[in-house]
Amino acid sequence: MSMFKVFDISGSAVSAQSQRLNVVASNLANADTVAGPDGQVYKARNVVFKTVMMDTAGSAARGEADNPVLASAGVRVSDVTEDQTPGRKVLNPAHPLADKDGYVTYSNVNAVEEMVNMISSSRSYQNNIEVMNTAKSLLQKTLQMGQGV
Amino acid sequence: MLNRLTQNLDFQTEALTLRAERQRLIASNIANADTPGYVAREMDFSQALREATGSLAAGGAARMQTTQTGHIQPMAGSLGGPVGLKYAAAAQTNLDRNSVDMDRERASFAENSVKYEATLRFINGSVRSMLDAMKSPSQG
Repeated sequence: MSMFKVFDISGSAVSAQSQRLNVVASNLANADTVAGPDGQVYKARNVVFKTVMMDTAGSAARGEADNPVLASAGVRVSDVTEDQTPGRKVLNPAHPLADKDGYVTYSNVNAVEEMVNMISSSRSYQNNIEVMNTAKSLLQKTLQMGQGV
Repeated sequence: MLNRLTQNLDFQTEALTLRAERQRLIASNIANADTPGYVAREMDFSQALREATGSLAAGGAARMQTTQTGHIQPMAGSLGGPVGLKYAAAAQTNLDRNSVDMDRERASFAENSVKYEATLRFINGSVRSMLDAMKSPSQG
């Protein structure tokens, strides 16, 4: 019953998008974090999405293991990478954490980028929820097949 | 004799299965809308239905063929490919090589849901007519 797979597929996407949203929240929360005395500052994080074939066991049973097009394509977060660009430096000699030249190093989070990421992932989240809702109502109608006669 | 009763339903059953398959395919595309490098897939529904119901001529373009000696004979009823799956061409290019067109996918998804429901109603209708035909007039 391939309609049930829709829940696996969209469920994996919803989970991946919520992880992306989590990372965006961390980044935005640390947008104004300042480097401590050790010089280490928060680095913006990014998720990496990867397609994951979910139906390989089922297609292997049908002798189609090498046929990726038949398998359901879900998605998962394969990696969380750190943005290595240097943090922005602000001249503020009065700051307690300023270095010897009077510069304070802030995290390299780009707030505009993060907001765009947030909107994009929230829209994708909604899309996948809607796909699941549609699949659910179709399955309910399928279960009632032949009963209304 | 008894199979005559359900013979009418076979076509609709195949159509319903393919609709569910296409729904799953579109769900995969929507799920991977943000995956870099993902290539959207689409199904040629009418061809898939013709293959499934066997109305496509045997040895046609979609069937597996043995053109060389050494090719393994396809099993009876085997098809050329997995229900006519193709790669959807991207309407707009994308920096991350993702070819999912969300507008098109959403439209296909809505279309496919409606047609799935329509097929369900056709099946229900056939069942109702068969039951009506079985009833005696006195039963009303």
